[in-house]
Amino acid sequence: MKSSVITFPGSNCDRDMDVALNKFGFKNKMVWHNDSELPKSDLVVLPGGFSYGDYLRCGSMASKSKIMKSVISFAKSGGMVMGICNGFQILVETGLVPGVLLRNKYLEFICKNVFVKIEDKNNSYFKNLEKNIFKFHIAHNEGNYFCTKDQLKEIEDNDQIAIYYCNKDGQTEEQFNPNGSIRNIAGILNKEKNVLGMMPHPERMIDLSLSGDDGALFFKNLINNIK
Amino acid sequence: MKVSAVITLKKDVLDPQGKVIHQTLDGMGFKDINEVRQGKYFEIDVKENDPSKAKKIVEEMCNKLLANLVIENYKIIETQ
Repeated sequence: MKSSVITFPGSNCDRDMDVALNKFGFKNKMVWHNDSELPKSDLVVLPGGFSYGDYLRCGSMASKSKIMKSVISFAKSGGMVMGICNGFQILVETGLVPGVLLRNKYLEFICKNVFVKIEDKNNSYFKNLEKNIFKFHIAHNEGNYFCTKDQLKEIEDNDQIAIYYCNKDGQTEEQFNPNGSIRNIAGILNKEKNVLGMMPHPERMIDLSLSGDDGALFFKNLINNIK
Repeated sequence: MKVSAVITLKKDVLDPQGKVIHQTLDGMGFKDINEVRQGKYFEIDVKENDPSKAKKIVEEMCNKLLANLVIENYKIIETQ
């Protein structure tokens, strides 16, 4: 299985993602933002970081970079594109997934482990996952997911809410919401379910000796789903 | 000519920075505030001297990059 990770100026989770993808069997290529051709890929990842120094709005500059034209057409033709953290911010700026990511409600950069819940597994990212609740890491300043009332109804009706913030038992009350996201949303899929944007970093949880291995479950399952 | 664009958050969008600025101003003694909303201001010198054409160019920039229309509105102001 082939994957590509796009590196933008200011990306800083691109190499972590490369390590994670290779560890679980992907043949990964790093792709520079200024390239125009995307290598043949089964999965394209927009990594976390601070592309273009978060100028204007997080992800707004990167969403207009040269490689993104190919990424957008890859996504529109059904290719799997996953954006993590800043990658999620880039995805909302391209319009591939609905909504926006605002500054965290309490104006603080949040860097901690959180629990998230995956409810709908009817997509290539999560199908066959054995658990529903995962411990992932978040590290962001703008992760406060917002969309209009009409968009919210649409994403709820289409089961596009991929991941919710919750506690260890899977409760999604407001108190388990770290950043003010509506409905505790931590990740969103597009309508066709081939594009996934999420704030949590599964690539930081691939080894017990580092911080945990819930990310390993996610990546192992992901490559099996793509095969 | 120079064209300016003012980008503001839509009414329903939470503006925590605006809230903090409001509280700080209040603490400084500015007690007559109903609300503070923070926005962005751009001054763009375009190579176009026809005011309506210049405005149109900046409008397109706002639609495509400068504003995110899910959460923001923009207003174009001709300067000179």
